[in-house]
This record gives sequence, C-alpha cells and structure tokens, in this order.
Amino acid sequence: MSTLNLQLVRNPFGRLMLTTAQGTEEEVVPVRSFPIAAPENSISLVSMDGHELAWIEHLADLPDAQRRLVEEELASREFVPEIRAIKTISSFATPSTWQVDTDRGPFALVLESEDDIRRISRTMLMISDSNGIQFLVRDLTKLDRSSRKLLDGFL
Amino acid sequence: MTSSAVPPANTEKSLPNSWRGDVQNCLVAGETVESWVETDLDARLHFADNLVVITNRRLLAHIPGNGEWKSWDFRAGLSLRHRSHVGVGTLELVDDGGRLAIWHYTMNRNMAALSVRRAFEEQLDSTITGQPVAKHEEILCPRCKLPLEPGIEECPICTRETQTPPSTWTLFRLWRFARPYKGRLLAGFLLTLASTGATLVPPYLTMPLMDNVLIPFQNGKPIDVRLVELYLSGLLGAALLAWGLGWARTYILALVSERIGRDLRTATFEHLLQLSLEYFGGKRTGDLMARIGSETDRINLFLSLHLLDFATDVLMILLTAIILFSIHPWLALVTLLPLPIIAWMIHNVRDRLRTGFEKVDRIWAEVANVLSDVIPGIRVVKAFAQEKREAARFREANLHNLVLNDRINKIWALFSPTVTLFTEVGLLVVWGFGIWQISKGEITVGVLTAFLAYIGRFYTRLDSMSRIVSVTQKAAAGTKRIFDILDHVSSVPEPVNPVHLMDVRGEIELRNVGFRYGTRAVTHDVSLTIKSGEMIGLVGHSGSGKTTLVNLICRFYDVTEGSVLIDGVDVRSVPVAEFRRNIGLVLQEPFLFFGTIAENIAYGKPDATREEIIAAARAAHAHEFILGLPNGYDSLLGERGQGLSGGERQRISIARALLINPKILILDEATSSVDTETEKEIQKALDNLVRGRTTIAIAHRLSTLRKADRLVAMDRGQVVEMGSHDELMAKEGHYYRLYQAQARNVDTEPEIPRAVDRFREHAA
Repeated sequence: MSTLNLQLVRNPFGRLMLTTAQGTEEEVVPVRSFPIAAPENSISLVSMDGHELAWIEHLADLPDAQRRLVEEELASREFVPEIRAIKTISSFATPSTWQVDTDRGPFALVLESEDDIRRISRTMLMISDSNGIQFLVRDLTKLDRSSRKLLDGFL
Repeated sequence: MTSSAVPPANTEKSLPNSWRGDVQNCLVAGETVESWVETDLDARLHFADNLVVITNRRLLAHIPGNGEWKSWDFRAGLSLRHRSHVGVGTLELVDDGGRLAIWHYTMNRNMAALSVRRAFEEQLDSTITGQPVAKHEEILCPRCKLPLEPGIEECPICTRETQTPPSTWTLFRLWRFARPYKGRLLAGFLLTLASTGATLVPPYLTMPLMDNVLIPFQNGKPIDVRLVELYLSGLLGAALLAWGLGWARTYILALVSERIGRDLRTATFEHLLQLSLEYFGGKRTGDLMARIGSETDRINLFLSLHLLDFATDVLMILLTAIILFSIHPWLALVTLLPLPIIAWMIHNVRDRLRTGFEKVDRIWAEVANVLSDVIPGIRVVKAFAQEKREAARFREANLHNLVLNDRINKIWALFSPTVTLFTEVGLLVVWGFGIWQISKGEITVGVLTAFLAYIGRFYTRLDSMSRIVSVTQKAAAGTKRIFDILDHVSSVPEPVNPVHLMDVRGEIELRNVGFRYGTRAVTHDVSLTIKSGEMIGLVGHSGSGKTTLVNLICRFYDVTEGSVLIDGVDVRSVPVAEFRRNIGLVLQEPFLFFGTIAENIAYGKPDATREEIIAAARAAHAHEFILGLPNGYDSLLGERGQGLSGGERQRISIARALLINPKILILDEATSSVDTETEKEIQKALDNLVRGRTTIAIAHRLSTLRKADRLVAMDRGQVVEMGSHDELMAKEGHYYRLYQAQARNVDTEPEIPRAVDRFREHAA
C-alpha cells in the first residue's frame, strides 16, 4: 500500500534528488531514526546541509520504485556488518585481532580495548574496531558455542 | 630531504603478488604504475577485494565478479572524488556528464586511497598540460617510509602493526628503567641465590640425622649427643642464615622495584605533559589516569613480588633437582616426573578461575555503574519519580553479580583441596617407590626422608608458580600501555634552532592557514593579520572553526598548511613555553585547581607577590567577593571551584590571565555560560583585561564583542566576512544573518533585547 509519493530520482552522478514542494530539486540523503530498534520505520530525507526535507513513516508506504531508490541509497551508506560467528581471536588481551564471519563476508577486526564492546540490550552488542567500523552482534544467544565462548572472554 | 631517494611504497613494485600479473598484462609499453589501492568493499558494501591503479596515462580498475579490467584514460573534465562516512571511504570517478565508477573501502585503506587520489590529480594534470609531474617533498613515516598524508602524525599502517597484542618481550623494555639500579639488582640476585641455597640445607641434614642417629638408636645403639648437637646447630644455623639472607634480598629488590615504579610513573607523566592537545583529545581521562596510576603499580608488584617469587622458585627447583640427582638419580627421576603434569593441571584450573574472576570484576563495574549513574543524577530520578526503577536496576545488577559469584565459588572452593590432593598423590608415588627401593637395600631411610622433605617444599610452590603466566601477561599488557605513551612523539615539536622573542608586540598573522584533523579539513586557507593591540571578534556557528583557529594561534596544534606568525616570526620556531607565556587564555569553563584562591590566581606566575595578586583580582572585579569568603584569599577551592558561582569562577580565571600580563589575550566564549547580569560584571573585568593587548574573542552572544575593532565571520572553516559591525550589517551577508537570528530570539530570551540595544547604541 503506497500512500506517500515523493518526487525522487537518481541523477547521473548517482545522487538522490528530491523535488520539494517549492519545486526546487535538492540532493538528499536518507537517514534512519532508529537504525537498530526500528530500521524500517521513521526514515528522514535530509538535505546536504542537514535540514529535514521529507519524512517517511514506514518504508512500505513508498511506491516500489522510490522505495528501491531509498533502500539502495541506504545500503550504500550503511555499514554495520553483523557478526555471525567469531572464528579465532589472537589473544584475550587487547588489542586483539578477531577473524569474524559477517553478513558481508569474512573480516579481520582489531579490537583495541574491551570498552569498545558495548551492550545495547541483554542480547545485543555493538563492537567498534580500531578503524571505527561498528559491528553488530544482534543476538548473543544465537551465536554458535565456540563464538560465544570466545566472546565471553571479553564480557 | 626529498622523497625521490625513497620509492613510495605503493608503486608497481609493491603491488600484491595476486594482482601483479594481471596488472602487468593490462599495461601497454611505456606505462608505469604510479599508485594503487586495494579496496576491500564492493558496491553493496560486502567485503571483497578489488584494485584501483593509477598509471601515468589512465586509471585502471578491476571489475568485481567477472575478473575483467576497466580503464579510463586521463582527459579534461575527469575527476576523482573522495569522501568518508562512518568507517567507509568512497572514491568516485566522475566527469561532466555523471558518475563513471565508484569504489568503497574500509578506513584502514584510507591512506592508500588518498595517495591514489593525489597521484590521479598529478597525472591528470600532467597529461592535460603536458608538463611532467613535479617532484614534491613528502613527509615520510619514519618507520615504513610510506608518504604521510599532511596533518597525520602517525602512520596508520604502522599504528596497525603496533596494535598486535602485547608480547612478553615488551617487559624487556623496562630494562631502560632498571639500568640505573644494575648494581643493586645484581646484589639482589646473588642474595636470592644464597638464600635459596640456605633453605635447602635443612632437608639435607635430615638424611644423616636419620641414618646416623635415629636408625642406629632404634637398632639398639645409644644416641651420639655430640653428633646430634652438630646436626641441630647446623639446622639452626641454616635457618638463621636463610632468614637473614631472605630479608636482605626481599628488602633490596623491593627497594629497587619501588624506585623503578617511581621512575616509570614520573617519566610517563612528564612525557604526557609534553604531548599536544591533539593527543589528549583522542584519549579518555580515566584511561590515562589508570595507565599512570594502576598500571605502573601492577608492573611494580610484578617486579617486586611475582617475578622475584618465580625466580626463587625456579632456582629452588633447579638446586633441588641437582641435589636429588646427586643423592640418587633414579629416585630423583621418579620424584620429579609428576611435577610438570601437576603444574600443568594446576595451571588449567587457575586459568578457568582467572577468567571467572575477571568476569566478576566486570559485573562489579556494572553494579558500580548504576551507583555512579544514580547518585549524581538523583534530582532527575526523584523529579521523574523513578526510584523504583533504579532500585530494580540495582537489584538486577546485584543478582547478576551473585549468580556469577556462586558459579565461580564452586570452582574456587575446589581449588585448594585439589592442589593438596595433587601434592599427596605426588608424595604417594615417592613413598611407594622409596619403600620399594629401601626393601631392596638401594637407599637408606634417611635418603627417603630427605627426598620427602625436599619435595614437600616445592609442591606447595607450584600453586604460586602457576600464577606466573597470567601475571606476566598482565604486566606485559601494562608495560605496553605505558610505552604507548612514552613512544608517542609530540605533534607540536620544540624547534631545533629556536628564535627567542625579546619584546613581544603582539602582532599576529595567519598566512593561508589550513588544519586537518585526521582526514577531515577543519579550516582551510585562512589569512588574517591582527595588529598589535587590536581586538578581533570571531563569530560564526558552532563548528565553523573558531576554536580551531584559536588553538592554532596558541599552538596547541600545528598548522597543516600555511603558517602562523607572531611579530613576523613563525611560531614553530619559537620555544613552545616561551611563546605561550605571552598568551592569556580565558575559557568558557574556567578550570580552577585544588588549592587556595591566591594560588589559583598566581597559577601562571607562582612567584607573584601578594600585592600583584590583589591588584589582578581588583582589576578582574574579583577582589570584593573574595574578601566576602570566610578565609579571603586563603579560601580553599575544590577541583571545580565548589562554593563559587560561575561568574565568580570566571573572574578568578580572568585575574589569572591578568596576572601574567600577556601581550595576546584569547577569550573563548568567556561569558557564554553565565546569565546576563553576571555577564555584565565579567564584561567589566574583561574591559580591564583587554586594554592595550592584542585580543581575539570568540563569542556566541554578539553583544560581548561590542568593543571589537573588527569582526571576523567564519563559516565551514573559512573566513567569509571581515569588518566592523556597521560594515558587516550594511553588507547583509553572513554576519547580518547571525545578528538577525539573535535579534529574532527577543521574545523567547529576555536577556537578548538588552544585548541588542547595546548593539544599536554602538551602531548609532
């Protein structure tokens, strides 16, 4: 059900352009208000100087073509790999290099300090590596046994 | 020193082997690789390796998936854009018509990506103009010889390498601090050797005591009193000797380790004070405090206690083994064989315990967190009537703590009985084998007794020895964290050939100043000349680069591009402390140190006389309220100046700036955090301060700047407008809009109208 109609196009430079109510075309960036708690809801289209130009209550409200544009843009901007498994860690003392499997493929992250692991909820963790990339562990209890055991050494 | 002698690291030679063949197949005759970056993300931001290469005639890139290569010859209109967004960097190839290609990478490739972009620009320029690429001077990383991006003081690639976990070898770096105590350390070692030797004498004496006295007595011979006396006095002597030597050893080594700890702490703190603000900006206060405080203490404890004990234990085992083997090799073998196995078992149990205890520590932090959250925020908790929820949170954290403790206590309770059991089993083996040997007449009862006495001694030491692994790891980690500070070089270095400023007039010139924080440009191309005695007002939105500019003038940071000159001399060639002596700084949040008011005012000039202090306080309009305090100028202040209002604290900090009589004065939002009434008082104090000095004032409330000779409006790191209030208002530009925005707040903020009125008066 599409109830919201926005004048959204992608220009040849690959930027998302919104035609505002005033009829001007502005480059916009979609931003999720609750990237973790409710990623599909409450998305704002923000201009390059940081002003909100449009509000999308639910992503599903948009017609297909536009929703795809927004989703594509979000996908190219958001980078929070989700850790699916921890294969090895170099040591329990930090800094420690972890070989992890994420939803975006395998990666070696460097954990600088135990403080870089933040508990978002009882089962959810956010881990920032030495380059500032944030890794999400969506559900601790769903990791396999050996990953959980390795992670446990830091919790 | 130019870079031409050193080949930049990411040219053709350094291409990873997996790519080299492919790239060489693509190159045509006369084409050379100038730069490359291995991007590690694909279009959907999944991890995938790709390559972007800049040659002397085109940009060459690997297309993910099908293994094909695509290339774009250099031509006018082409440009390579770079941006970064939360950990992901992007390179975009565009021309006038649109985007041609896009690559993503994680930030650890950023250095290479930036050098690719630079190479792209140079080669493109050279292709279009036909001029060869100019060789330019590059800053090279002292370790890996990779060109460093301007403004980055640490090579990210090398930093990455140092991020390898601390190895035990780090501990050897402590030698630098141990060297001054070489002699005492040697004495300590010799004493250790001697005292350990002495403790091994008594068990040895049990052998003749048994064989020559007790056994013959049982067999009907009378006791030889003289022999008994001899042996017993030997036992006593050995005990006394071991006591004396042990005392001397422990005392000397503890003395040395305390001194090493002191030197380590002082050296670290002194080094830390020399580091630039940039370093402090990236570090948490608590972390730095912990490093200098508890980490040094941990190292200290390790050196004085654990390492010493371990060395003694190892020595004892070695000496014991030698003695045992010399008495009876076979029995010695049987006695010593179970030792490694038992040590390994103890180590395993202890390891499990350790991770358990660490967990308890962290849970304990959670309990403490609730407390440190709630107690300072008690007004909010009560105002929103959330006491029950906080109580529940605390109860839950406590329960978590309890559950974990219960689990760990299960293992812990088992631990020492287990060690005892292992010991008994070990002794059992020796007993069994010994009795069998005695029955065959191979050894005497005395030998077996001696063996049992020896082995009983070091089984008890196995527990403490098993701790050495974890203790060493921790000490190594601590050492690494300390040396992280000590290895850091200040980004605001002292000049090699210092120029001394005799009489500072206070003329400041900024010449095309640019500053980058990491990869983010904060200011660029700022040029500004401030005459001696002039007052400049810096205005602009927050984040427009005002404070950065001030930090550059104070030389808290060094410029990335351009230069800052004082009286025509580059500030980088003036000794840092000598330069800063001429600067008075008043901040938004005045920081008052623990001490009396007089000490705080005299902070910049500790030898100031009482008269000077009072004069400064008078000029800062602080004298009267100070006299109203119970102990006048001797009143004690807490860390943040408890008991004083914001305006009073600010006036003390103004007095502090006045006392050093600086030629240059910097007011960074000095009146922002107080109400207008207080602001008026502070303003009076400031007017005294400003007189006759070069002043740079940052203010959010434009009213504060009514006395400024010139206003400088900044936006996005650049100077957008300059001139007097009237000129800028007539221009109806950036400043006009800022001013209008404040004037519009008239209804919501009752303080502003007065401020605006004042401006009108000034304008009139």
